[in-house]
Amino acid sequence: MLSIVELDFGTPRSKAAQQVTLTIDGREVTVPAGTSVLRAAGEAGIPIPKLCATELLDAFGSCRLCLVQIEGRKGFPASCTTPVEAGMRVATQAAQLQKIRHGVMELYLSDYAAGNDALPTEMREMVDAIGVTEVRYGFDGKNHRQAAKDESNPYFTFDPAACIVCSRCVRACDEQQGTLALTIEGRGFASRVVASQDDGFMDSECVSCGACVQACPTTALSEKSLLAKGPAQTSAVTTCAYCGVGCSFRAEMRGEDLIRMVPNKDGRANHGHSCVKGRFAIGYATHKDRILKPMIRAKISEPWREVPWAEAIAHAAREFRRIQAKYGRDSIGGITSSRCTNEETYLVQKLVRAGFGNNNVDTCARVCHSPTGYGLKATLGESAGTQDFDSVLQADVIMVIGANPTDGHPVFASQMKRRLRREQNGRPPAKLIVVDPRRIDIVRTPHVQADWHLQLRPGTNVALLTSLAHAIVDEGLVDEAFVHARCEREAFEKWRAFVAEERNSPEAMESVTGVPARAVRAAARLYATGGNAAIYYGLGVTEHSQGSTAVMAIANLAMATGNIGREGVGVNPLRGQNNVQGSCDMGSFPHEFPGYRHVGDDAVRASFEQAWGVPLRNEPGLRIPNMFEAALDGEFKGIYIEGEDIAQSDPNTQHVTASLTAMECVVVQDLFLNETAKFAHVFLPGSTFLEKDGTFTNAERRISRVRQVMRPRNGYADWEITQLLANAMGYPMHYAHPAEIMDEIARLTPTFAGVSFGKLDELGSIQWPCNAQAPLGTPTMHVGEFVRGKGRFMLTEYVPTAEKVNAKYPLILTTGRILSQYNVGAQTRRTENIRWHGEDRLEIHPQDAEDRGIAEGDWIGIESRAGQTVLRATISSRMQSGVVYTTFHFPFSGANVITTDNSDWATNCPEYKVTAVQILRVSQPSQWQQRYRAFSEKQQELLREAVALK
Amino acid sequence: MTMQGHDSSAALVKMANDIADYFHSEADRGLAIDGIVNHITRFWEPRMRRKIVAHYAEHGGAGLNELARAAIAKLAEISQG
Repeated sequence: MLSIVELDFGTPRSKAAQQVTLTIDGREVTVPAGTSVLRAAGEAGIPIPKLCATELLDAFGSCRLCLVQIEGRKGFPASCTTPVEAGMRVATQAAQLQKIRHGVMELYLSDYAAGNDALPTEMREMVDAIGVTEVRYGFDGKNHRQAAKDESNPYFTFDPAACIVCSRCVRACDEQQGTLALTIEGRGFASRVVASQDDGFMDSECVSCGACVQACPTTALSEKSLLAKGPAQTSAVTTCAYCGVGCSFRAEMRGEDLIRMVPNKDGRANHGHSCVKGRFAIGYATHKDRILKPMIRAKISEPWREVPWAEAIAHAAREFRRIQAKYGRDSIGGITSSRCTNEETYLVQKLVRAGFGNNNVDTCARVCHSPTGYGLKATLGESAGTQDFDSVLQADVIMVIGANPTDGHPVFASQMKRRLRREQNGRPPAKLIVVDPRRIDIVRTPHVQADWHLQLRPGTNVALLTSLAHAIVDEGLVDEAFVHARCEREAFEKWRAFVAEERNSPEAMESVTGVPARAVRAAARLYATGGNAAIYYGLGVTEHSQGSTAVMAIANLAMATGNIGREGVGVNPLRGQNNVQGSCDMGSFPHEFPGYRHVGDDAVRASFEQAWGVPLRNEPGLRIPNMFEAALDGEFKGIYIEGEDIAQSDPNTQHVTASLTAMECVVVQDLFLNETAKFAHVFLPGSTFLEKDGTFTNAERRISRVRQVMRPRNGYADWEITQLLANAMGYPMHYAHPAEIMDEIARLTPTFAGVSFGKLDELGSIQWPCNAQAPLGTPTMHVGEFVRGKGRFMLTEYVPTAEKVNAKYPLILTTGRILSQYNVGAQTRRTENIRWHGEDRLEIHPQDAEDRGIAEGDWIGIESRAGQTVLRATISSRMQSGVVYTTFHFPFSGANVITTDNSDWATNCPEYKVTAVQILRVSQPSQWQQRYRAFSEKQQELLREAVALK
Repeated sequence: MTMQGHDSSAALVKMANDIADYFHSEADRGLAIDGIVNHITRFWEPRMRRKIVAHYAEHGGAGLNELARAAIAKLAEISQG
């Protein structure tokens, strides 16, 4: 349904280089070969009526409105399904055509109820365009006007009375989303749209991506927010604040009221698609739980006191300076957030380095993709993925390792599935290799079946990846020419000798990984010889004690087979949060300035000292887990946390909360009283992505604008709050707009040298590096030469995790996400998404459940070496026996009470994916949960007292 | 407040051992030791380096594996010198 009118030329744009000239209504028109007549006419300013056609979907040719006459052809071909031809002469408005269209529209209207008349629809536009004012058949015939609405979905309604059975929704579910939950049931008059087996939307396989709603030309599928509030008046293009896909949206507004989010057709990361989170789960922005006034308190056992901004900022600054005076300059630090903009994270690290005078700054990427930064820098020379998302369409083999894209990165997963289902430029559908301990959805989903699912034991990635490398070397599948030309010879030969050792063979590793050697060798052959082979990986790779080693092993595979440096190949980390890439780019790590340059580099440091006007430290600062240790040692006493919830997201919760308790001033800047804020002394209310300007950088290095569509309800954008704090601490910052911050970033960071808000407005988005050598950005990296010059192979010895299973802890717990929830759930738990996932559950293999007498829904105690918690059981054959799984979206679940302090050797990224546990049926929450509940209720009470005191 | 009974050197020993485990596959022992020292120098905050050196000096590197101990010995040399 329309709200803000967008141009839609009816069929997808052709990318053909060859141009074709034809005549439409007497006008000469030149378009790329493969363009439909409908689109060619539309682009020339000759609109042809249409209903079943939209440029987001392939032509279908069912509505019979876009009929045209073509000289020399019989009948009235549908212009949407007719490609242009040179010399073609087309008439679009002949009297006979208008008569046919009029008749067709009358038939539609005879069995159509418009629904909400206040809403503009394509249907109404077409009625007006065709000029239908009366329906000669009347409205009394057999019709569907009394068909019941399906209002089961919390975000949208299906009204069959307004459905014209154009199939756009069904095709959107197929072509865009790839779930195929919708079908047209019945024939002729009985035809109707149904979800799954006519289960209703909520109970069907529908994933609520909303593609069907966007595709609908009537009010049949409508957002409930649109029906309730009416059409928008304005819109602005902005970027989603959920996962690392970084979808572009139009935020449709009426004044400062958000009507709905509509995926932007021109968005290069999402091409007009979205998921249930980005499109619908926005209610948190105006949720009653949001804290909008600053608060302070002396102790966490005391009530909060609401204070004016100036008082809160002055208090925080005084406390930080007091602590530094008493315990030393290095006794405080800060944490930036991947949920905040580039400009905001840049300011926080600048405040720490220049204002605090130390390098104690870190970011939540520490606990997710820090091994990506380390591993890719060591091998390829740059801490970033190598491709754009569209590259997957040119892949012939896709290897997914430790990622669950249909849940974690659903919009990219849809694009991946398109390539797995469809031919591309004459190339057959891509082959799929999945490396994952669980049978994730992509292994077998409609019209997609993994060719190989290497269902390895958790914690054995490096063993498996090295054995894949062994097979490639052993079977002579190395791309010798590529390696010779592009990689360091000595390091390669050392690596080749290492992986060739028999102990690294698939046969030798089979007992470690649990994956049959035959399957490993077959997958290796497919990856090495199947054409363009691309690797996509996620936290199932990084969040291990050998996370960095696994990333290097992946880069080794790509280099050894020449699968890097062009479209369709590469090494692609799927970043968890919206701005993980950006927060890392912006110098959030304690050892690096923006652009991944070590603080010990004198020339780089001098450039920042000159720009920032203060001397800077040349030694690395504390990482987040180091901060915890230092706090418990009594050396780290104050912390400024912007947009992070370490008390829920970081491992070994009790260790984290003990560290927070040991500090004298914890300043939390966030939307809600999150778990960390319950240990805070100063609360600075944060702003949502709708309330500020800035940029996010997604997993493909794409920098996109975040645009303010409403004033910050808390009074300030987050960058302004950091600036206030800096000024109060005596370090001056005087930015008038985030554009000025980006200008400073560009001046100081070679890979961002060409980036500005002006250029982003002009180009829509930019993939860094963007500089004099690449003024329009860089979709594919390492073309011709690696960033570091020659690629460097690294040795990847498998070192078993210290987290061992034994008789006391015989199972391995691994953790992950689910589609409807996002990370710690602070946002999505405050939306209707809880209807799909209202609690974290423990997934257990049927055999493990039977052995322990566990039934579906039973309360299960889970005990590890770090702690205990209780969750309800879901019995699932997705799991392999011996492995249990849970998500971590709800604080009461205490998933991180049981994860341990084990971490990646190079980066300290926690080993979330491997925790030895025992489980048994229980009847009550764990002791930790009982303590948590009491503490949490007390903190909520202290919060209520703050409101009462004002 | 110092957490009663907390000993951050245990965490540092584990970190050093983990780093050494990675470099264990480097056949050239000198390169392996240099790799560990370089890694710790580049990524560890100075107080952490001082603590692991002090742990080595006071406890003979108790808990460190053989390669890590050699690396911390070299780090101690460098820091003294």
